[in-house]
Amino acid sequence: MLRFALLRLLWAIPTLLLVIVLAFLMVHAAPGGPFDAERALPPEIEANIARAYHLDEALPQQFARYLGGVLRGDFGPSYRYRDYSVSELIGNAIPVSMKLGALAMALAVLVGISLGTLAALRQNSALDRLMMGLAMTGISIPVFVIAPLFILFFAVKLQWLPASWSGSTSAWRLLLPVVALALPQIAYIARLTRASMIEVLGSDFIRTARAQGLGTAAIIRYHAMKPAMLPVLSYMGPAIAAILTGSVVVEEIFGIPGVGQFFVRGALNRDYTLVLGIVIFYAALVILLNLIVDVLYGFLDPRIRHR
Amino acid sequence: MSLLEISGLSISYPGSAAVLDRLSFVIEKGESLGLVGESGSGKTQTALAIMGLLPTNARVAGGVVFDGTELLGQPERMLNLYRTRRMGIVFQDPMSALNPYVRIGAQLNRILLEHGLASDDEADSRSLEMLRLVGLPDVERQFRSYPHQLSGGMRQRVMIAAALIGKPDLLIADEPTTALDVTVQAQILGLLRGLRHEFNTALLLITHDLGVVAGNCERMIVLKDGKLIEEGMTPQIFAEPVHPVTRAMLAAARRSDFLARSHERTPKDQTPVLEIEGLAVSYAVPGERRSRKRLPAVQQLTMTIAPGETVALVGESGSGKTSLARAIVGLLPVQSGSMVLLGKPLTGRVESRPNALRRAVQMVFQDPVGSLNPAMRVDDIITEPLTVHEPDKIKANKDEVVAAMLRRVGLDDALKKRFPHELSGGQAQRVAIARALVLKPKILICDEAVAALDGSIRQDILELLRAEQQQSGLSLLFITHDLTTVRQISHRVLVMYLGRLCELADTESLFMRPKHPYTKALLDAVPIADPAIGIIVASDLGEAPSMLQPPSGCAFHPRCPYSISRCSEELPELQDFKKSSAACHRAAELAL
Repeated sequence: MLRFALLRLLWAIPTLLLVIVLAFLMVHAAPGGPFDAERALPPEIEANIARAYHLDEALPQQFARYLGGVLRGDFGPSYRYRDYSVSELIGNAIPVSMKLGALAMALAVLVGISLGTLAALRQNSALDRLMMGLAMTGISIPVFVIAPLFILFFAVKLQWLPASWSGSTSAWRLLLPVVALALPQIAYIARLTRASMIEVLGSDFIRTARAQGLGTAAIIRYHAMKPAMLPVLSYMGPAIAAILTGSVVVEEIFGIPGVGQFFVRGALNRDYTLVLGIVIFYAALVILLNLIVDVLYGFLDPRIRHR
Repeated sequence: MSLLEISGLSISYPGSAAVLDRLSFVIEKGESLGLVGESGSGKTQTALAIMGLLPTNARVAGGVVFDGTELLGQPERMLNLYRTRRMGIVFQDPMSALNPYVRIGAQLNRILLEHGLASDDEADSRSLEMLRLVGLPDVERQFRSYPHQLSGGMRQRVMIAAALIGKPDLLIADEPTTALDVTVQAQILGLLRGLRHEFNTALLLITHDLGVVAGNCERMIVLKDGKLIEEGMTPQIFAEPVHPVTRAMLAAARRSDFLARSHERTPKDQTPVLEIEGLAVSYAVPGERRSRKRLPAVQQLTMTIAPGETVALVGESGSGKTSLARAIVGLLPVQSGSMVLLGKPLTGRVESRPNALRRAVQMVFQDPVGSLNPAMRVDDIITEPLTVHEPDKIKANKDEVVAAMLRRVGLDDALKKRFPHELSGGQAQRVAIARALVLKPKILICDEAVAALDGSIRQDILELLRAEQQQSGLSLLFITHDLTTVRQISHRVLVMYLGRLCELADTESLFMRPKHPYTKALLDAVPIADPAIGIIVASDLGEAPSMLQPPSGCAFHPRCPYSISRCSEELPELQDFKKSSAACHRAAELAL
């Protein structure tokens, strides 16, 4: 198992390298630059700026310089927030983004699995149909529609919760963004859990457990939950990626000063070092979390573990 | 009052005929009752109805009265008071019946805890005690194992432990040994007999095998299409069966006289179709790639097949039977040794062999429906091999070929547009045989080809193969674990143990005068369909050792009751006798 994890960790290195190369090339292929303005600068100044940021060097040379920095944890200076380095900007934004993402993920897993299990136990009942109908709706509506609707309803109409981050200092200001971010994932995980739970409940070993006189709660908890969670666990990788992309939209809409908001601002301002830094950071995060999921998978399924 | 009273029990499902029709019988405290019938006769439905485990769409009528209480229609909560504490059940396939994700010990502990039969502290020791009682070796380690780490026989012992852990009054065993090797079957049946007396438990033994009933049940009932057709004391039914179906079943089970094919003109003196010499086949072991450790599946195997001859290949699971077959057809690479087919060397994988040699060896597999492409219709399945080997011919007269092949395997022409799932098991196996025969092979390898079929259908398929052989001089290599089938179809028998040949003999000679102790053990383990003979208590062989660490000398010596010190030191050579040859140091002196 340890061997497997280490091997996967080694594989992550070329994957990440590929991401860096592609992102670097794409950013450099984009037209325009951070220092282009309405009024063209005198060529001497332009040349000075280019020299200061090493933009006058050949592309391979620039890349080597950049990669060297990344290896030391230095993503270079931000082109727009001139007093900060990209690493500082990301570092400052991480705590709030992490809180948002982790809470959304936890909510999605907890509620999704519970609802899915309940629907599976009451298969084809009115409750099941209602929940699966809602789930389908949840999957179909994108975050950028849900979030403004939430603000309109809970913040503007009912005035229960703050509409944006700066509007309050209470912990409740996270509630709307977390729910908006988690909702599509809740729906998807609920559907996934229901399907796999129904399959597991129909298997021979569950019939054995019933023949042994175990109650429904014990059957779910001790016999069905673990195998039913395998497909849900495999979805965790894509779910993490979806939460990350979702957070870019949600942070912008609710005005949360997280990594996602910097990403959007960076893209709009052509702050290419910032964009590049965040892409690499996200890629590393997704790779790492996927690795954790794979290791967990081995723990859940003994037949994989003993291979 | 009887322990269990079934009265007028009927079960049906929406859109199909009744699977059980007004069945009535009783089980007294402590008695053992055999419930016999072919698949689809309603045996398992009866068991599920008693345990309250029928699917929710089942329509049930009648009564299931356990110790004075009606169980039909009771809520799950109420049934759970009976399950484990009053009745337990052992299912056919212990692999799927045990939870693969939960350790053996935890599965047993859960039963005890859920029923309040043990406290948290006591559960471990109670479960361990139960596992010891069912004869599990090395219990402390198995307690922490997952089901896939145990052999089939060990898993079934665990199932029995789980069913008996609450000391129930009734144990239902639904085909408990059908998925197991014959030597293991004998052990499991012996265990059930012993435990039944120890716990004073009544036993409802469900089986299709009359041999199993004969040695284990005082009373028996016979089901046919959901109806009870015969009921009585076991010896009496065996002596004077009333219903024609029972009579036919008994006759089929007793067909030891059926055909000693050795009496036929033995074709073995002709030039062989296939000669195999010193063949070795091995697998790479997962996780051992670095050390290049390989699992020897077949070693030093020498044999021949003559035209028109049937050779049976017998052995426990893991003995290398299927590996040998795969090497012959070229699905597995040969490590060393040689094979000669029709005078030409047979080397390499199937892809690299010339077409003429490829079509000369065809195969029929165990799972009839699973071995046919579910997306193809019968006529396409049968003619598919020809699209490779005779593309011109098949374009012109496909219909004629299909009609001829269907007639040849005894199928109606109307079936040609069906898909595999629309066929019965017997029909599907006939299609598989037609697909193999369409290439006019010289050798047909049947890998457990009748194992999944019921008694009477099995006879039909064997009859078909024999007729085919007599007409076309086809050679059959018949892989099976069922010695009754061996006796019916084969001229010669080859017994394998842990990848090596132990005995090669004329069929009659093998059954009458086995030369190898392992052959003798296999023969003794077969339950005999005669209650008067009762049970031959086979020596308890224990489990087969792992091929990865084969015993020194003769691989069978740790399980052999006749082993001497030489057996553990020296690999026995094959010695020739009058009508057989055996690889045993003591073959000449032992009278088995």
